[in-house]
Amino acid sequence: MKRFTLNGMIGGVLVSILLIVAAIGLFWTPFDPMKLSFTARLAAPGAPHLLGTDEFGRDVLSRLMIGARASVWIGCLTVGFAVVVGTLIGLISGYARGWIDGIIMAINNALLAFPGILLALGLLAVFGANAYGIIFALGIAYTPSMARVVRGAVLSLREREFVEASKIMGNGEIYTMLRHILPNCLAPITVLATSMFGWAILSESALSFLGLGVPPPAPTWGNMLAAGRPFIEQAVWLGLFPGLCIALTLLGINLLGDALRDKLDPRMRGLK
Amino acid sequence: MIRFILNRLLMALPTVVIVSITVFALIRFIPGDPAALMLGDMATPDQVAGMRTELGLDKSMPEQFLVWSGNVLTGDFGRSIVNDEPVLPLVVSRFMVSAEIVIIAVVLASLIAVPAGMIAAWRQNSWTDLVLVGTATVLLSIPTFWLGLLLLLFFGLKLGWLPVLGYVSIGDNVVGGLLYLVLPIMTLVIHEAGVLIRMARASTLEVLRLDYITHARAKGLSESAVLWKHAFKNAFGPTWTMIGLILGNLLGGIAVIETVFTIPGLGRLMVDSIFQRDYPVIQGCLLFVALSYVVVNLIVDLLYPLFDPRVVAE
Repeated sequence: MKRFTLNGMIGGVLVSILLIVAAIGLFWTPFDPMKLSFTARLAAPGAPHLLGTDEFGRDVLSRLMIGARASVWIGCLTVGFAVVVGTLIGLISGYARGWIDGIIMAINNALLAFPGILLALGLLAVFGANAYGIIFALGIAYTPSMARVVRGAVLSLREREFVEASKIMGNGEIYTMLRHILPNCLAPITVLATSMFGWAILSESALSFLGLGVPPPAPTWGNMLAAGRPFIEQAVWLGLFPGLCIALTLLGINLLGDALRDKLDPRMRGLK
Repeated sequence: MIRFILNRLLMALPTVVIVSITVFALIRFIPGDPAALMLGDMATPDQVAGMRTELGLDKSMPEQFLVWSGNVLTGDFGRSIVNDEPVLPLVVSRFMVSAEIVIIAVVLASLIAVPAGMIAAWRQNSWTDLVLVGTATVLLSIPTFWLGLLLLLFFGLKLGWLPVLGYVSIGDNVVGGLLYLVLPIMTLVIHEAGVLIRMARASTLEVLRLDYITHARAKGLSESAVLWKHAFKNAFGPTWTMIGLILGNLLGGIAVIETVFTIPGLGRLMVDSIFQRDYPVIQGCLLFVALSYVVVNLIVDLLYPLFDPRVVAE
């Protein structure tokens, strides 16, 4: 048990570093991340450019900081979208049951039949490749998993005594749903939302890597990797640092997610 | 058994219908008139109207859907706007390239990861377990496109052992073709092994707590017999389902790998078509991958009783 809490702490530290760096990037970066400098093209890491410069002489560290900001806010908005819409759908479906549930879940499961990033790719074709397109595309792609989890939780909760009690006390359906059922769904929602934050950051960087994400010159970790790719032989750091940022962020989120699941998901208790 | 198979087949049917409606609707939601887009900026309104009739865009949505699904059922996925090639053969030929990589990678990853995950569970909380789970968590956190780039840099550019750019079909040149496949497959194996080790470990842990395992041990069976004969069958079920999901997910997410290694697969086709706004091809790719995902999961479900016959009885 103990080492899993240690893992959770490592995860927490990594995610905190991400958030802090992203927050600092809002106000300050060591250099102007967009400033071109032909004298400092492909400069190796060292002073004054700690993590080197790219093919246009832009400071890699500054660009990574702005990239962290992009990852965090795209991740947050995507997960926020999926949580709000998915929870709403799940609550309605699980509480209404009957044919409403049947129809909603049929559509939901069909959307889940699109593998991973594919639905997002299709939606991006509709919304266009930019930050908002990504948020909507990924948000819609993740909503069905959230709806399914919430619906499952609602279905098992609505048979419980405290829900019965609330109804007998004369509380309305909507009041019971929001006051008694929703708070009990928070644990599975939190666990899933944490993983989703990781998926969103990974997918955003993958889409940006493909050129379907945030368009350059605005830096994201994904498009920095894509842009640095032709130069990785002379300038290893261009291929190294953006990927390292993504990997460490995902590692942090995964460790944190595992720790949360162990803590919040009663089925896993005593197993680990 | 026959009821089980029929049941699963029937369950897949509504999914297929709704998936098709979704793909159809998705393309109709794209802003802009496909007819005007196909003809370019110089088209006269008359030409556009003619094209709309030709494409059937002047009919009502349900009518359009029926015509479209009828065409799809007869294997007519339309023609590419960019080069007028029929979509289906294009999608199928690119799919073969992707499927080859994905299937080999998933098989190799399973062969490595399932035993590793079971050993980790068997040695729960030991150093072996700690190292295996730690490695798995790190591996699954490394994005495939970055891992691919690093492997390419190391084996391709620094050591010069493997080709860096391009692709040769195995059909044309067996040895050359294999060389081009080594790095993409290695990338996927490393990443997916991370996912599968954790899955196999979790499901084995659940099984090892059960009474029949204690009973097998009390009978005096060796630990390896307990693990491989008794625990394996029950523990493998969830992992098997996971393997199916990974297979489907990889088919959808392979675009990044194909971009890193410049492989002309289905993912690359889809991304290129999005850039070129080649809607019939986007539509064909979406539908083809989504349907193959349904089929893969169906096959996984149908084979599930081989490991766990109890599902048939339910």
